[in-house]
Amino acid sequence: MIQIAVVSGKGGTGKTTLSAALNLLFENNVIADCDVDAPNLHLIFRPIIQQKYEYFGGKKAVIDYTKCTSCGVCEKFCRFNAIKHEEGKVTIDPYACEGCGVCVLKCPYSAVNLVSNKAGEYYVSMAGNRPMVHAKLQPGEETSGGLVAEVRKAALKFKESGRDIVVIDGAPGIGCPATSSITGATYVVIVTEPTASGFHDLQRIVETVRLYRRRFGVVINKSTINPERKEEIASYCKNENITILGEIPFDPIVNTATVNGVSILEYPESPAVYSIVEIFKNLKKELEI
Amino acid sequence: MIITVLSGKGGTGKTTVATNLAWVLSFEWKVQLLDADVEEPNAHLFLSPQIDETKSVEILIPKVNQTVCTKCGECAKACQFGAISVFKAGVMVFESLCHGCGACSMICPERAITEIPKPIGQIKLGEALNDIRFGMGVLNIGEPSGVKIIRELKKNIDTSADVVIIDAPPGTSCSVVESLRGADFALLVTEPTPFGLHDVRMAAELVAEMGIKSGIVVNRDSEGFNGIDLFSKESGIPILMRIPYDTRIAELYSRGILLSAQLPEWKTKFTELFKEIKELVNV
Ligand code: SF4
Ligand code: SF4
Repeated sequence: MIQIAVVSGKGGTGKTTLSAALNLLFENNVIADCDVDAPNLHLIFRPIIQQKYEYFGGKKAVIDYTKCTSCGVCEKFCRFNAIKHEEGKVTIDPYACEGCGVCVLKCPYSAVNLVSNKAGEYYVSMAGNRPMVHAKLQPGEETSGGLVAEVRKAALKFKESGRDIVVIDGAPGIGCPATSSITGATYVVIVTEPTASGFHDLQRIVETVRLYRRRFGVVINKSTINPERKEEIASYCKNENITILGEIPFDPIVNTATVNGVSILEYPESPAVYSIVEIFKNLKKELEI
Repeated sequence: MIITVLSGKGGTGKTTVATNLAWVLSFEWKVQLLDADVEEPNAHLFLSPQIDETKSVEILIPKVNQTVCTKCGECAKACQFGAISVFKAGVMVFESLCHGCGACSMICPERAITEIPKPIGQIKLGEALNDIRFGMGVLNIGEPSGVKIIRELKKNIDTSADVVIIDAPPGTSCSVVESLRGADFALLVTEPTPFGLHDVRMAAELVAEMGIKSGIVVNRDSEGFNGIDLFSKESGIPILMRIPYDTRIAELYSRGILLSAQLPEWKTKFTELFKEIKELVNV
């Protein structure tokens, strides 16, 4: 199965707009929303949930107070400052606990246990005639990379029913959820914008994608807001031998589409649509399909 | 007072709000800005700080002395992250999975494991425009989590500052929680779109759970979607400021120029924003 991951280094560059449109332009594809921290694709596709799965991430330490003597040994060994010893009582902050189990190993009274912690859910749905996999991470959870991996796995299962492409809306950033969205990708589409921070973020995501040895190309979104910055990005890509898949001009209709919660493709007169179709063609050329 | 600026999602204008607020307040107060968006720190592009101190952030990862190791497998059993595996030929450490908790070295009956520091990022400190005390964390490429860097960054909070502004990472993950810990106020930056509403709801949920007071800034405000206003009413979280959808503002941003430095009316607006925050914190 061909896996196309759309990423951006940072949110707000138009990653979701582009990945939604690409998902609609391909025909025999599966839609995957790997931005599990702040999923948005479902707002466009309004999928009908067919199956729901619980996701258990890492574990969390829980104290059994019938055994705990408040000796404070656990607090001393926890490297994540998750254990507080106050007013004679020891408590664990579930947000800070990384579930490493050191407190379990060290407690002289066997008063601590690691328990599985429901960190989110993921869903296999239908969006029109396309299968869609999406998820929701509980706020404050850390194991989003694992949930991303579950979403990708569930999407890849549609290979059996004859689907041959997955378009993944990747997680922002360069940390574990982001890299989890690009591992195994056949091709990575990096969306950037011509701003001071856009260029900075682009360089970091390029380095990341290279570290994982994925093929990739760049899309410059809102390319008309700052021609100088756009040139800067274009010449950076040229020097680094990076394919530019296309440019999308700044287009207020994109905002209208977002406000109305629909894909930009619903506005065929929009200049952005023309560019996105070009990008789609270039992408197919790159993939030789 | 510590104000954490968050957004539920990237690209909503969090950095714009954090940097402008810091700059405007620095005329009257002693201000510190910490950029905790360690995966993609951007605040420095607007505040041009002079960095005069760089500290490496490290975690301790295991190093196995293969001649002492009996391959009993206790370390692999203790590791909750699958970062250490025992094979016939020896023990392997998968550095990128290691959280640096020390469980393996504590459990090893042969004391075959020592811990060595591995850099995962940096903290940079310095001074920006108008004597703003500046700090930022940078996560190394290929490292999974910036939580530790944020924790180290926050150790540099200047207690003598009147206002400390923390630019949080996007989303609502554990690093956002780390950025919010200890804050007096959370400023939720959002956009008037169904996406923005969805994300601000999640952020508000998290902030409420942590018991932190909050207010909303609507960025790229335009007609056509009133979901944020409805949300503000139903949740009781006030909308404190609106920044219109304006190409002039987008263009200044793209050039890395502070909005309030260029358009004086914004200086007044950010001053007022702070006044409202102060009132909300004190009630
Ligand atoms: S080490 Fe065990 S007994 Fe001591 S405070 Fe921690 S949980 Fe309680
Ligand atoms: S499991 Fe690890 S992180 Fe959690 S409280 Fe115990 S020692 Fe601390």
